[in-house]
Amino acid sequence: MSNDNTTNRRKFLKTAAMGAVILGAEGKVAFAKATPDASKSKVVVATDKDLRGQGTLPEEQRVSKLLDRAMLAYGGHATDSWKHIVHPGEKVSIKVNTIAGKGLSTHVSLVLAICERLQQAGIKPGDIIIWDRTNHELEKAGYTIATDPNRVRCFGTDTPGFGYEEMPENFGSVSAKLSKILTRNCDVMINLPLLKDHELAGVTLAMKNMYGVVEKPNALHGGGCNPYVADLNMLPPIRQKMRLTVLDAMTGLYNGGPGFKPEYAWPHNSLLIAQDRVALDHIGSQIIERKRAEKGMKSLADVGRPATYIATAADAQHKLGTNDLRQISLMEA
Amino acid sequence: MKQRGKYPKFAVVVVLAMVVLSGAGCKRKPVDPFPASNVVSGWQKVGDTRTFTAQDLWQYIDGDSERYIQAGVVSTSNADYKFSGKIEASVDVYTMSKEAGAQKIFEADPAGDAKITPVGDAARQYEQSLIFRKGPYLVRIVSFSAAPELKDAQLALAHAIEAKL
Repeated sequence: MSNDNTTNRRKFLKTAAMGAVILGAEGKVAFAKATPDASKSKVVVATDKDLRGQGTLPEEQRVSKLLDRAMLAYGGHATDSWKHIVHPGEKVSIKVNTIAGKGLSTHVSLVLAICERLQQAGIKPGDIIIWDRTNHELEKAGYTIATDPNRVRCFGTDTPGFGYEEMPENFGSVSAKLSKILTRNCDVMINLPLLKDHELAGVTLAMKNMYGVVEKPNALHGGGCNPYVADLNMLPPIRQKMRLTVLDAMTGLYNGGPGFKPEYAWPHNSLLIAQDRVALDHIGSQIIERKRAEKGMKSLADVGRPATYIATAADAQHKLGTNDLRQISLMEA
Repeated sequence: MKQRGKYPKFAVVVVLAMVVLSGAGCKRKPVDPFPASNVVSGWQKVGDTRTFTAQDLWQYIDGDSERYIQAGVVSTSNADYKFSGKIEASVDVYTMSKEAGAQKIFEADPAGDAKITPVGDAARQYEQSLIFRKGPYLVRIVSFSAAPELKDAQLALAHAIEAKL
């Protein structure tokens, strides 16, 4: 376990004020109310069937309330739970997913709600960076590029002065140069992926979103992205800094991904929250499988693209989390 | 004298063979298939056209690029549009090396509740999208929101693109 993780865990122990505290394997920090399921990896699925009101897009106010409801279920308090995730003085990066453009990117309204909660938890605006691969993708997805260091910033790795590390990080099959936003400009990463089918990997959820952190993700596409996704998540800056995943499942994509194909998208109107990225991916992949079955489509395994990397991430070599449903406490809110 | 007579014929055959072979082996040049603003009623082209080679297609569509590469994509062009000043849309034109490549991609995804539409060699239209192929080209028009008038508008845009291919 790294020093970073040890420090984070110590800080968390000091600040935890509610419920039982569980320290998971490999530095995972988890918290939960004292329940019979307290030793399990917690995954919250919060849903608001009226999220879009009378319109077609999620309503900003309802998104914020949905986030609070999810955090309430996850940590026992809608807003104070954030104080157990981040701590004043830490630099927090929010990794969004914008490659599919406006139709299927992390909703800006969700990111804004999280930024507000982070600031209420004591994080200075200038210590928050919203980011993805490129400014172009961020702008196309509806984000405004902002680089004022005294305010919440939003920019891509391709911004002058950032870019990728010159030396790669290595684990197993992966040798990858990571974004300097991750390696040099944050202590904590909050991961905000999407609920998407993926042509090669089967699904792209929490762990696959880390492909947006490396310089050449196309080098990691062979073999159904297995074991690349799992190995990539083992790289220390990713493994240690990803402290929470809030999966934006307000719109899901059950086929044709990762690009936006509206004919295969559906309004799932949910957020998934977890610190165990493997457990979250396992639950997320089941949601996609259920939707495919509902639409009369074959399972991902039957069409030759099972998301095998999820099991790899849980194996003895990786231990990034669990894909065993008996070890997952699934809470619906 | 007999030999001198044979050489011109031989040269013609060689030249013809070279022309045929070079034609078969040449790379298909991408066309500019995007109608300018207001060429199609209500549609404004927004920003510049972006073009990706097969090698850098991953930068645009991530892992989806692999199946296009396997189907022989040569280049991909993308342009953004806005309809009636409010509905945003994105148009992709994939130029494949052969018609079979466009057909393979077109037929790979389930039609679902698509409506068959008379554009190009084959076309499917959904509430927010329209996909058609014509020869070695595969075109995908995707709108980011729905509207009652959108289907007719997408069809008009598709016909304008088809005419430029």
